[in-house]
Parts: sequence; structure tokens; C-alpha cells
Amino acid sequence: MNLTLKIWRQKDANAQGKIVEYPISGVEGDMSFLEMLDVLNEGLINKGEEPVVFDHDCREGICGACSLQINGEPHGPDRLVTTCQLHMRKFNDGDTIFIEPFRAKAFPVVKDLMVDRSAFDRIQHAGGYISVNTSGNTIDANAIPVNKEDADDAFSAATCIGCGACVAACKNASAMLFTSAKVSQYALLPQGQVEATDRVLAMVNQMDEEGFGNCTNTGACEIECPKGISLENIARMNREYLKASAKG
Amino acid sequence: MSILDSKIPEGPLADKWTTHKNNINLVNPANKRNIDVIVVGTGLAGGSAAATLAELGYNVKTFCYQDSPRRAHSIAAQGGINAAKNYQGDGDSSYRLFYDTVKGGDYRSREANVYRLAEVSANIIDQCVAQGVPFAREYGGLLDNRSFGGVLVSRTFYAKGQTGQQLLLGAYSAMNRQINRGKIQAFNRHEMLDLVKIDGKARGIIARNLVTGEIERHSAHAVVLATGGYGNVFFLSTNAMGSNVMAAWRAHRRGAFFANPCYTQIHPTCIPVSGDHQSKLTLMSESLRNDGRIWVPKRKEDAEAIRAGKLKPTQLSEEERDYYLERRYPAFGNLVPRDVASRAAKERCDAGFGVNKTGEAVYLDFAAAIQRYGKEKALTSGIHNPSAQQILELGEKVIEDKYGNLFQMYEKIVDENPYKTPMMIYPAVHYTMGGLWVDYNLQTTVPGCYAAGEANFSDHGANRLGASALMQGLADGYFVLPYTIGDYLSHDIRTGKIPTDTPEFDQAEKEVTERIQKLMSGAGTHSVDYYHKKLGKIMWNKCGMSRNEKELKEAIDEISELRADFWKNVKVPGDANGMNTELEKAGRVADFLELGELFAKDALNRNESCGGHFREESVEQSGEQKGEALRDDVNFKYVAAWEYKGAPKEAVLHKEELTFDNIELKTRSYK
Repeated sequence: MNLTLKIWRQKDANAQGKIVEYPISGVEGDMSFLEMLDVLNEGLINKGEEPVVFDHDCREGICGACSLQINGEPHGPDRLVTTCQLHMRKFNDGDTIFIEPFRAKAFPVVKDLMVDRSAFDRIQHAGGYISVNTSGNTIDANAIPVNKEDADDAFSAATCIGCGACVAACKNASAMLFTSAKVSQYALLPQGQVEATDRVLAMVNQMDEEGFGNCTNTGACEIECPKGISLENIARMNREYLKASAKG
Repeated sequence: MSILDSKIPEGPLADKWTTHKNNINLVNPANKRNIDVIVVGTGLAGGSAAATLAELGYNVKTFCYQDSPRRAHSIAAQGGINAAKNYQGDGDSSYRLFYDTVKGGDYRSREANVYRLAEVSANIIDQCVAQGVPFAREYGGLLDNRSFGGVLVSRTFYAKGQTGQQLLLGAYSAMNRQINRGKIQAFNRHEMLDLVKIDGKARGIIARNLVTGEIERHSAHAVVLATGGYGNVFFLSTNAMGSNVMAAWRAHRRGAFFANPCYTQIHPTCIPVSGDHQSKLTLMSESLRNDGRIWVPKRKEDAEAIRAGKLKPTQLSEEERDYYLERRYPAFGNLVPRDVASRAAKERCDAGFGVNKTGEAVYLDFAAAIQRYGKEKALTSGIHNPSAQQILELGEKVIEDKYGNLFQMYEKIVDENPYKTPMMIYPAVHYTMGGLWVDYNLQTTVPGCYAAGEANFSDHGANRLGASALMQGLADGYFVLPYTIGDYLSHDIRTGKIPTDTPEFDQAEKEVTERIQKLMSGAGTHSVDYYHKKLGKIMWNKCGMSRNEKELKEAIDEISELRADFWKNVKVPGDANGMNTELEKAGRVADFLELGELFAKDALNRNESCGGHFREESVEQSGEQKGEALRDDVNFKYVAAWEYKGAPKEAVLHKEELTFDNIELKTRSYK
């Protein structure tokens, strides 16, 4: 395949960025999208140019490091995959592909296609945990039975990889899907009940402070989420928030 | 006598850990506030250690190269975590888990460490459930288990195919709680470039801020390295792109012995290589071997027809298939340990029975499991005369519930539907059992420098059993290190803050800066990846699943030449004052080029076959075990710990003799 790549280049957080065009040939369908970028970078390095910088690590769709807005969609055109699992067989010979960083005020660009998603970490610092000591003096695991359906739903919410596609997909750059996934995981489990009130208030508060927008229920986040995190989580968080505010 | 003191406590095996905990020094809570600990790496071992140390009251600084601790590669572990809970009532116990682990490791691990691991394993599950880790459950609300290779009980706890993710996010949440309390300072997108020693003790690190390029000094009373394994020395592995040996290797250069570098786990079930552009390999969890049957065609003509695309695997009848694991190992069948399964796959492919276009793949087939589950499900759902179609649908649904994410991953990568046609798999580098030598307290040969998780060598011997890496990482971090490090730190309560404006820090920073300048000033003929791929090819071809004297000697020379070429000709574009991903890679590959040679040297030294280390010169010649690996307990029942003396060629071997008082050494048979 021969392709034309239009890639966002930006030297650092303070520099002005721009789209730069790169032709690439010899792309095979079996390549992942990031392997295609590896080939581009190898060529750039051999020409003495700086390679395109992007976040990536596990390359099997679980670490959440890779991002990329590909032709306007977070993680590209395929569903339920991250960019590292997107394969070039989804594209056609002669295609032009726009590759940009995830865009949000709360995700400033670090360099080229790499953004700073530490705002997500700070939301988790605010309350994304159960306050139990890790030194081992806890009750037997089976002393806390959990209804299978709740356990499964908690697991589904907990599979969020923190990639930020939900924010990049949202016209408001809202982080509601991300935040609600963690709130839901704990809200569905008996272990999470004790701190439920404080948790939802603290996490939502931090989310707002980071500059993420509000949710207007368009559902773009759910469609673009590589892990299929459900909008139901947002509804659950809203209920939790309402309950907590009333108590508050 | 060896200069290595493993510090194994006296007393009966089952009492050692309790006795040790009762006898070691503690640091009182007020004094802990004056003590700093650096933790490098935030995976299961580092994350859990950092959280627990902070909770105890120490001031903790964590470092990771990723943009968040949550992305450490522990997250990619799929299948599960072992624990001797005996919830299934199938005869499990601490002793049995200990026994399985020592046997699985082919009698090359330390009894006392392994027993402690088995002992604390049950507690890990309690801990994780209390933290809200959503393990799989049965309809009664209790925890579910499955079985893994090399064992005869069901002791593996899991969260679908994302167990590592859930456990890591648990450790990350524990870290977040301490970050919120101000007890952990997290330095993300930072890479440790050197260990700083003062008066012989580890007192800090030099790190590079990967965003700004700044070289930073950080001091502490102790340094914990939980930086994972070095599988990426092979270039292609299931490790993350960034996984590297730098922190461990820098510590090695500062005096920490490196143990058993040749012990590598080649995992049997990975998606085969598809082409030269391949950047990494993807694992298909071992849990799939619970339900999948591994086979190749019985007749070579059929294998050839399949490779040529003229025949489909589903067209071959049962009689035309060779379920070679079931044939060779009737007792364990498809659930033999990883090293055995990998070698058996290689043997069939080398003999010409491989099933993909490169001839390096075997089938992992779920058709039988789909039928079995379909019939079972029909029965329990009250469907009395189910049609073939109904059975298929019900069976596929059960398989989807169990392994859905793995099947989806396979389909995305290979573009084939594994519910309808068997998966193709081939072994790939996955885990390294070798690592920094540590004593019973997890302390390296540098006082104050500890190693936890995959970064150390201690628990898995020459082969790790499935679902034991997660167990070891969390055992080290939550339950072992927080105790043992206190014993060391109890001598530091009057030390006060360690200053960073000392000659030792000056010198270390100077060396780091010079090294970066040297990397930046290569002649610029080849990219970093060019060297990394070349190194990987040497490692895979000559230090891979099967090793011999001639090729290991060649590997040593070739790696040494490649390293010299690298330092002369590597091309690193851009500059060092800011984000430079090529510079990061160059530093890592430079260390792999040293480690690789030591690896080959260690493999050459160990002229026996044990676990993942298979020497062609050491094979059973007759009897039931003919052709299987032959261990040599007379000459090699020791840990090979290498001391750095300049070039890897000069490394000096120190032996820690292994003693087995509680287990009888046997030929490891899975027949």
C-alpha cells in the first residue's frame, strides 16, 4: 500500500504545531498502525530527521499508553481496539490519513503526538481507592461474597485502561466516562460502600478542577472507547453523586 | 566458602519466615518519618512495595518511565495469580504450592524463598479482594479458580484475561491513597540512569526527566529496584516496548551480582511472527491450555498442503491429527509446564510439521471444548435434544465468557476467527527468571539496594510456572520487602537526610552525562533499532530455546563486535535537552548489548539442561525420558551469580550452592 500521512508535529508544549505531510510506501496489511509509524520513523532517522514522537508501550491494547486521533477518531476507524491493535488492513492503497494528538485542554501536548494525561492520575489520587492497609491483616477473601452480576459489572467498569479516548471523542472534552468507571467499580462492590460518599464528591471535584468539560449525553465516548466501557457507568455516577450531595 | 550469604534463617522450613519476622529489627513510627526510600519501577512489585512502605510511614519516591504507574507492564499479565487457598478442596496447601514451584523450576530455586512465597500467597488474595479487585466469581458469590500448567490442582484466581491489569490497578490505587496523603512522590516519565553509592551503601539514584531531558539527583536511605525483566534483549518478546534492563544493569555495574542471566522463559502460546516489520509479540494466555488442544498434522504432506493454503485444518479428521503433548505427556497433556510445551512445539516445527507460511506455528484448537461446554450447557439449561447448531452456539458462548478478550485480540491481529478455525501459536520470549542476586531479605550484594519481582532471581529457578509472576511480585512488595527492609533501615534512624551535593553524586552525574554525550555523538550510520534487531537475531538463533557450545561461543563474539560497532556508529537524532525517544532507546540497547553477552556466557557455563535452559549436549539418552532435558545436579546445583569486572568477558562467577532439605531431587517428569 502507498499512503499519504498528514501528521501533527510540535516541538514541545510551548511551540506552535503544524500538520506535516509524509508519503509512505510498502505498507502491509499485517502491520499494526504503530508498526507503520515505526517504518516511517526508521526512514526519518536514516535521513537525519527527528522521528515522530508518540506514546506507546505494551502494544497489546492493555497499558493505555497509545492514543492518536486518526482521521478524526480516537484510536482510528476500528471498534473496540486501541491504536496499537489497529491493523493497516483497515485502510486502502492511496488513502490519506490524518494523525493528530488527543485534543483537550486538560491534555496538553508534550511533543508531536504525545500528550500529558496526568490529570487522569490526579482524579484517581483524589479518591480512586479503598482505604485498606496493605500489610495483610484483612479478612478471608471468601468472607466477602459478591453477587456474580455485580462482580461482573464491577469488572467491566474496572477494565478501563485510562487512555483518554473518551475525552478526545467528546465535544466537551468531558472525563465523565473515565471517572465514572472507577466510581462504578467501587459502588458495585460491598468493599467500596464505606467511602462511597466522599469518593464520588472528591473525584468529581478533581475532574472539574482539571478543566474537563461537562457531559451532555451524546454518547461519543462509549462508541470510541476501546474497552467498551458503558454509558451506564455515567448514569450510576450521577446517582451516586446525587445521593452524596444530598447527604453532604 | 562463597562470598554470597543467602541469610536463610535457621529452623524448620515452615517456621523460617515467622521466626525471621519475630527476630528482625523494627523502626518505630516516629523514626520512619525521617527515612526516605526510592522505589524504581511501579509494576506489581514496585507499586505494592511503594504503597506499603508509605503506609508504614517511610517517605517514598517512585520512578517509572511510563507517563503513569498504571501502565507498568504487569498490566499485560493475562491468566491469573496462584494462591494456596484450597477453596476447591482439591488437596492444595502451602507445601504443595511450594513443591510445585520448586519442581516446576527444575530444582534451581532457593527452598526457603519459595516456601515463604507459598506461605504468603493466600494472604495476597485476601488483600486484593479487600482493595476491591474484581476477581471472577461463581454464582454463589464466592471466588472462582482455574488450573494452570505444571500442577494438578485449581489454585489460580483470575479476572477474565485481565488479571494483571486488575491487580496492578489495585496496587496503583493503594499508591494513589498514599500519594493523596503526601507519603509518595511519584516521578513519572523518569528513567533511572545510575545507582549512587556512598561508603559502599546504595544512597540514591541519578534519573533523567524524559520530558525536559534534565539529569536529576535523588537521595534515599535505601533503593528498591522493581524494574522487571530483560526479555527485550531478544528484541522480539511479549514485553512492552519500553521494558529494559537499565536500572538492574546500572546496579550490576555498581556491584550488584547478576544471577542466572541465561534462565529465560519462552512462552509456548504466542501469536506467530508475521513479518520483518514486527515490533513485538503478543501472548495468548496459558489459561487457554485449560480448554485448547495443541496439535499439528500427523502427515507431513498435510502440513505442506496447509502451508500452501490448499488444505484447511478443520478438514483434517481426528485420526489425521497429532496431539503431540497428549501423546508425549499423558499425565499432564496440554498442561505441561511452559518450557516443555515450547520445546515440543519447536521439535514438531523443526521436523517439518509447522502450519503457517513460515512453518513456525502449531494449532491451539477449541472445537472439542466448544462441543463439551455446549452439551453441558444444554443439559443444565433444560434443552433435552439440542441440535448441533444449538450446541455450537451454547459452547461458543461459554468460551467467550471465559476467554472473550483473548479471542478478540487474536482475531484483530491475525484476521481469522478462532471460534471457527484453530488458533495458530508459536513460542516467544516472555519472562526472565534470572535477575539481580538477592538474599532472603531481597537485598542485592550492594547494601541498601533491594530487588523485587521479576528484577530479582530468587523464586522461579530455571522455569516459572504460570500465574506465579503476579504472585511473586505482590508477595515481594506487599508482604516481604516492607519487613526485611526495616531491619536494614533500623540502623539509619540517626543518619538524617542524605545530601546530594557530595562527590559521589557529582561523579555519578558526570558519568551519566558523558555517556549521554557519547551516545549522541555516534558516527550515525545506523539507527538504534538496527542494532537492537541484530542483537535480537543473535540471541534468538544462538541463545534461544535450544543452545549448544559452538553457537554460544559465536554469540559471545558476535555480540561483543556488535557492541563495539554500536558505540562507534549508532545514530541518535535530535538533542539531549528535551524529549528524545531515540536517546532513551539507545541507552537501553547499550545495556542489552552488555547483558546479552553475559547471558551467553552464563548459558555456556551451565553445561546442563534445566528448565528453560536447554543444552543440546545434555539430553537423556535412553529409557522413558529419552530425548528430554538432562539436569546435572552433581555439577550445577548452584546459582550462578556474576560479578561485574568491566567487559562481560571479564565477569567473575560466584556460586551459591543450593540445598534441598525438604524436597527430594528428582527427574522432572510430566509423562
